[in-house]
Amino acid sequence: MEPSAIPALEAAVDAPRVAEHAARRDLTGRWLLSAPAMIIIFFAAIGPLFVMLAYSFMAKGDYGDVKLGEFSLDGWFSVFLQRDIFDDTVTLADAHLSIFWRSLKLSLVTTLVTLILGFPTAYFIATRPLRSRDVWLFLITIPFWTNLLIRTFAMQQVIRNEGILNSLLIATGIIDQPLQIMFTDTAILLGMVYVYLPLMVLPLYASMEKLDFRLVEAGYDLYAGRLGVLRRIIIPLVRPGIVAGSILVFIPSLGAYVIPRVLGGGKTMMLGNLIELQFGGGRNWPLGAAISITLMILVMVALLFYVRNASRLGAQHG
Amino acid sequence: MAEDKSVAVEARGITKSFGQGVAALRALDNVSVLVRENEFFTLLGPSGCGKTTLLRLIAGFEFPTYGAILLHGQDIARLPPFRRPVNTVFQSYALFPHLTVAQNVAFGLQMLGRPRAETAARVTAMLRLVQMETLANRRTDQISGGQAQRVALARALAPAPKVLLLDEPLSALDYKLRKEMQIELKRMQNETGVTFIFVTHDQEEALTMSDRLAVMSAGRILQVGTPREIYEHPADRFVANFIGETNFLQGEIQASGEGSAEVRLDLGVTLKATLPRGGLPRGRTTVVVRPEHAVLGPAGADTGLSGILENIVYSGVDTQFHVRLASGGLFLVRAQNSHGAPAQLPGEPVVVTIQDGAAQVVGD
Ligand SMILES: Nc1ncnc2c1ncn2[C@@H]1O[C@H](COP(=O)(O)OP(=O)(O)OP(=O)(O)O)[C@@H](O)[C@H]1O
Ligand SMILES: [Mg+2]
Repeated sequence: MEPSAIPALEAAVDAPRVAEHAARRDLTGRWLLSAPAMIIIFFAAIGPLFVMLAYSFMAKGDYGDVKLGEFSLDGWFSVFLQRDIFDDTVTLADAHLSIFWRSLKLSLVTTLVTLILGFPTAYFIATRPLRSRDVWLFLITIPFWTNLLIRTFAMQQVIRNEGILNSLLIATGIIDQPLQIMFTDTAILLGMVYVYLPLMVLPLYASMEKLDFRLVEAGYDLYAGRLGVLRRIIIPLVRPGIVAGSILVFIPSLGAYVIPRVLGGGKTMMLGNLIELQFGGGRNWPLGAAISITLMILVMVALLFYVRNASRLGAQHG
Repeated sequence: MAEDKSVAVEARGITKSFGQGVAALRALDNVSVLVRENEFFTLLGPSGCGKTTLLRLIAGFEFPTYGAILLHGQDIARLPPFRRPVNTVFQSYALFPHLTVAQNVAFGLQMLGRPRAETAARVTAMLRLVQMETLANRRTDQISGGQAQRVALARALAPAPKVLLLDEPLSALDYKLRKEMQIELKRMQNETGVTFIFVTHDQEEALTMSDRLAVMSAGRILQVGTPREIYEHPADRFVANFIGETNFLQGEIQASGEGSAEVRLDLGVTLKATLPRGGLPRGRTTVVVRPEHAVLGPAGADTGLSGILENIVYSGVDTQFHVRLASGGLFLVRAQNSHGAPAQLPGEPVVVTIQDGAAQVVGD
């Protein structure tokens, strides 16, 4: 016992220093470990953003591109404003504003419609017996296996003037002139709801599956009718799914490009098409970059507002 | 019925089948039972006998295949649960996780559209009743099992239901808490005057808490009675076996009189046994004797069952004696412990004397 007491004492005196050393080594180790992730995040996410930000503050090149290093606010100026070519008066860029407005409106309506359609769908699946649930989920995810472009063209086949829907309606005598759906906002809305519905159903289902249906029974037991149970028990409990689904649908809707291009034609543009136009035919990269960043800010503000609101509603209930 | 006024719940010929055709499972088979107002009524039976199913039918979560459920004489079998003045304390408690303790208790009153002030006052009173005032604003996942159980009770009592249904509410609690909650439940039933229908598969709990109880097996009610009736005069073999410890003896009825009969046991002894209510089984029969209703004596007495004392099990308050009878069967005798060691030793020949009127004839 006696001899070994002394090294033990020394070790004890040394302990804080050893620990500090270990902690420092630990920290370096952690940095090294996270380096690959950091590199990917930088090159894939943050890097391009900075490139975009830089481009938006440069002068536009004559045949697209930018004049590197030549500072200009023209890009940002043209996002919402325009200068008359003859008398130099500055007015609001009505064309851009209406595209912003349409994109926002269509995305919100898409989110709302997918929520209204997706909620009962997810509830239906979540209340099936365990085995048939997998089948239903499989059916919901089938569209993901097909290319977006093909799905959009399929939608076109349904709604165009000589398409399935109009033929059916005319054949049954409900209408005698084909409904003009193609190249309208309705067409874009139909397409977006069709394409994004699974993105709403899946997170909703995920949170409904976790729902304890004995709580629903407890609600009925305590005199809540069907609507009361929905409002006071089911919706508050699946709120995370509602928030996630809405975000998953709203963000891609706002930047949708293929769907408005195919179903809306050239007439009814959305933000995605406007941005594409600046980098393509419009040859105004700084403007394209500025609109892209505006879109991103729009999404972030909307999300912040929505999540805040949703959690406040939640707090009010519980 | 003369006492119709005091009947709270009546089940009339309830049959409940799950599934269809060949796969159909009869969870309840022609069950009829009367629960009186302000009664602590218990459904007791082994797992899967249909206790929860009967409770869910009364609550309205299931609908009977046949039969009627009457609440104060009114048929409610087709009403949805939210239109029945009946509340449930769920086995899992089913407290709403997104609401606080107080909000949980207020839920039923809010759904009934009671004025705000009345609801608040009632919630406070209920929380006081279950001694949970200090935790009113806790989230329900931040309270203990016993506290959750009390909140579930307060939530179910708050809308002042005519009948409270409790599905094994104590089964998740540890022994000590369980004993405390048993006493509290009884206190609350006395204070509120609500009819309690209580489900358990714990026979001790059923005997100590109930005014009356129903013993169920395989979808049927076998016997309804006070704890004393059920324990001392079991109507059939299953009831006798399920509740408490029992000795079964085979014999033949020799003469039967008013409520009792002379039974000659196969072991050669004749004794007087109580007959079950209703018919009397003719010929060969089974007699049950509770272990504490028999007395152990030294060999030599000629009125008892003779055997060899095999084993003595000391358990604090009392001692159990295992006697090997001449027939080869084991007979259990239980005696209160008094001071000093028992007079008999294992291996000695003994005689078991059965107290007068303690034997009960049961149907098979
Ligand atoms: N929804 C259902 N579908 C099919 N069978 C069911 C259903 N509910 C209950 N059963 C069956 O009915 C029978 C009675 O079930 P019940 O839940 O009433 O039993 P219990 O007496 O409450 O048992 P425990 O003490 O285990 O809770 C069981 O055989 C059970 O499998
Ligand atoms: Mg049960």
